[in-house]
Amino acid sequence: MSGGTFVGMPAFPTAAREALGDTQLRSNLAHATRTIRDKRAAVVAEVEDWEDLRLAGAGVKEAALRDLATHLETLEASLVRAGATVHWARDAEEACAIVARLAHAHGVDEVVKVKSMATMEIGLNEALEAEGIAAWETDLAEMIVQLGDDLPSHILVPAIHRNRAEIREIFMRRMGDVGRPAPDDLTDEPVVLAAAARAHLREKFLRAKVAVSGANFAVADTGTLVVVESEGNGRMCLTLPDVLISVVGIEKVVATWSDLDPMLRLLPRSSTGERMNPYTSTWSGVTPGDGPQEVHVVLLDNGRTRALADDVGRQALRCIRCSACLNVCPVYERTGGHAYGSVYPGPIGAILNPLLRGVSDEQTASLPYASSLCGACFEVCPVRIDIPSVLVDQRAAVVDSHRGDRVPKAEAVAMKAAAWAFSDSRRLAWAEKASGLGGRVLRRFGRTTLPGGRAAAGRLPGPGAGWTGARDLPAPPEESFRAWWDRTDGGQNDRGTR
Amino acid sequence: MSARDDILAAVRAALTDVSPAVAVPEAPRAPDRGDLVALFVERVEDYRAVVTRCNEADLAGVVAGVLGERSSVVPPALGLEIAGSVVDDGLSAAELDAIDAVVTRARVGIAETGTIVLDHQPDQGRRAISLVPDLHVCIVDATQVVADVPDAIALLDPARPLTWISGPSATSDIELDRVEGVHGPRTLHVVLVGP
Amino acid sequence: MRVALQVTCVNDAMFPDTGKAVVRLLRRLGVDVDFPRAQTCCGQPMVNTGYLDEAVPVVRTFVDAFAGYDAIVTPSGSCAGSARHQHAIVAERSGDRALAAAVAETAPKTYELSEFLVDVLGVTDVGAYFPHRVTYHPTCHSLRMLGVGERPQRLLEAVRGITLVDLPEATECCGFGGTFALKNADTSVAMGADKARHVRDTGAEVLVAGDNSCLMHIGGMLSRQRAGVRVMHLAEILASTAESESHSSGPAVGERAGGPAT
Repeated sequence: MSGGTFVGMPAFPTAAREALGDTQLRSNLAHATRTIRDKRAAVVAEVEDWEDLRLAGAGVKEAALRDLATHLETLEASLVRAGATVHWARDAEEACAIVARLAHAHGVDEVVKVKSMATMEIGLNEALEAEGIAAWETDLAEMIVQLGDDLPSHILVPAIHRNRAEIREIFMRRMGDVGRPAPDDLTDEPVVLAAAARAHLREKFLRAKVAVSGANFAVADTGTLVVVESEGNGRMCLTLPDVLISVVGIEKVVATWSDLDPMLRLLPRSSTGERMNPYTSTWSGVTPGDGPQEVHVVLLDNGRTRALADDVGRQALRCIRCSACLNVCPVYERTGGHAYGSVYPGPIGAILNPLLRGVSDEQTASLPYASSLCGACFEVCPVRIDIPSVLVDQRAAVVDSHRGDRVPKAEAVAMKAAAWAFSDSRRLAWAEKASGLGGRVLRRFGRTTLPGGRAAAGRLPGPGAGWTGARDLPAPPEESFRAWWDRTDGGQNDRGTR
Repeated sequence: MSARDDILAAVRAALTDVSPAVAVPEAPRAPDRGDLVALFVERVEDYRAVVTRCNEADLAGVVAGVLGERSSVVPPALGLEIAGSVVDDGLSAAELDAIDAVVTRARVGIAETGTIVLDHQPDQGRRAISLVPDLHVCIVDATQVVADVPDAIALLDPARPLTWISGPSATSDIELDRVEGVHGPRTLHVVLVGP
Repeated sequence: MRVALQVTCVNDAMFPDTGKAVVRLLRRLGVDVDFPRAQTCCGQPMVNTGYLDEAVPVVRTFVDAFAGYDAIVTPSGSCAGSARHQHAIVAERSGDRALAAAVAETAPKTYELSEFLVDVLGVTDVGAYFPHRVTYHPTCHSLRMLGVGERPQRLLEAVRGITLVDLPEATECCGFGGTFALKNADTSVAMGADKARHVRDTGAEVLVAGDNSCLMHIGGMLSRQRAGVRVMHLAEILASTAESESHSSGPAVGERAGGPAT
């Protein structure tokens, strides 16, 4: 079984329009994002030097990125010394092939999985399914998404768009198809649903021979991988099977063991809104007699070197996937994650996807515009990624990619015209006179009046309809400020409005 | 070229004009919070874990009381006699699944975050034994409690596997409503030994 | 001190009364404010839509118009943010060193109105009178790009006669976002609807903010809903006096509404 696919998703405005009409989704998201925002705010307020901690976290990641080749070589050597086998994958296809080959080598037809953004990004489950290997998601939310043939819509809580009643229905309908069925008396209480997941997955944990994980951090000087989680499914996968394969993006590297300090203080508070998450596992290669005795690490590029080469966008690779930016984003809160068409939704997705993939397709090119640039994301980012600045820079990348078009877009024509008018105040004054005439027409014939008495346009045809579909537009004044200043000598001899 | 060489070359090419020298500001320290052990207890309890404080002489009795009639497994060098307990000698996952409880020591306790860290030495045992049984009784000595995460990082040996535990297993995946107890032990009982 | 008003293109063309209010207010406080005629726009519409090359001549026009002034005051958090944070990006992209040097001169001298009043002039009580129930929306760029903090509230609290009520979820974006309001009109409207609902919940008669572009969006929604709440720029409330109030039948009717005097 596999979930849906993001392939062929429409551009953001179209997908968002559909999502905005889903009242259940709007309600689920509003409740969930508010809950987690409040939790985060409370535990962040507890840390007196939070801003300094953010600076330290940003510094650790930035330093690692700026000397990434050195750290990757160190990491590889440390891992090998600790008994792990290191593989390198240029792209998704190579990474999936490595995992499939290792699974086949152990003759298994199933693997258990720890929630991992990197394996979602490369479509590992679908690739393994094509090879006859079932990949069981063991994180509760991932399992809900997988059982529901659904798509993830949040980095931390992939099933954030589902409420308890929907989850109960999915469990009742699907658990029996893939293992231990849900009990007949299953209710929609979260504690009961969690118990059903525990019972369902336990048989899979106990028999699994091969596990697949990602890693939150990879420490170069010690060869240590770190997985941060809550439920214990991670510990199950990292501990019980004989073979462990971890797919790790090359940007997960930090230089030294002590660099974990700011990160492990920043991540839980930013992510789940806790002082510390229930479980963090660290391991360095193989420990004789304890845990998996065969350990593989797949170091993944898949566009990361492309992002690394971008002077403005490079900072996006500092991301530790906490999802604080999603939870505060007013756009995400209303559209949900599916509208972004990627496993990386929200503000970070709006910059990460174009940085990893380029902006040549329409869907990806729509993402940098999926933001009002309100800046709430930057404010909460634990590693200080200036998302609004990267969004603007990626918008420029989109515009630049169309500069050679034979037929320019209407927007490009309008922007060029505006730039022409704004480059000389005399041209602007002329344009204002023309709009003042338009205002005169509206005042005479318009039927809409703003509170306070000003005439307005109720519904405009053409491009103006985008505005006036839901918003009245004030009629342009007959006299611009500039014209008033000239007529009254800067207000010195103002005797009322003309 | 191999994937390895390609990727490393692409990384170097991406950073051609970028200086690797970055000043990394030192992470700030939490202010002095006074009685660390009291803070540790308060923060562990915040996760809805159970904490019992006792002195060394009462430890065996307290642990026996917590276990009650439950079957239990202990690591090879727990340093405490527990009547009827199975000493782990490489039990299978299925065998561990049939045992109700586990008793271990810990390596370090972190007051600020209410975290205990296991480094899986013989007084704590393999990772699997403190994972599969449903009740984890963890004995922490008051002298093992440190102030904050950086103190723990400095004490811990990264060559060893480490498990950081902050309360019982939990999830917030359903409507962000926190539920204790998913796959890991559903009950965490910390026995804090000190004067 | 030579002080220039950067009125902004939106205010120049659509909300001239805001510019007039700034002039009245600053004169009342003893500042001889000038309006450099060569000014046009800060370039933000181009920059925020990704048209950085197109923004180059606009930024050049800005720095030429405002060269030599000690302070550039603008009744817009967004435009002040553009001058302070985006002009340097545009200049760097242009490769024009002279432009970058000129930006380094004008950027730090550009102040949003509340910053100029509180930080440069050192006043919070500007002698205004405005006997109405008012709620304040902190616009995103004032709040996060500039960090104006509580300055606007402090100025409003000192206004005589005013009843200032807290806006729920005040710091959440209204959904304007420049071309976002058109490119993602559905999402923009969904955000605006929630903002409008919070405004209505306050029972305020007037919604005030430091950016007319955001107010045009929220006010356009409130108007469409016939909500009976009007929007006003901070400058217009701060410029109001007992005398100006007595000439009007309510806030922003007549001259301040931008239409012909009634």
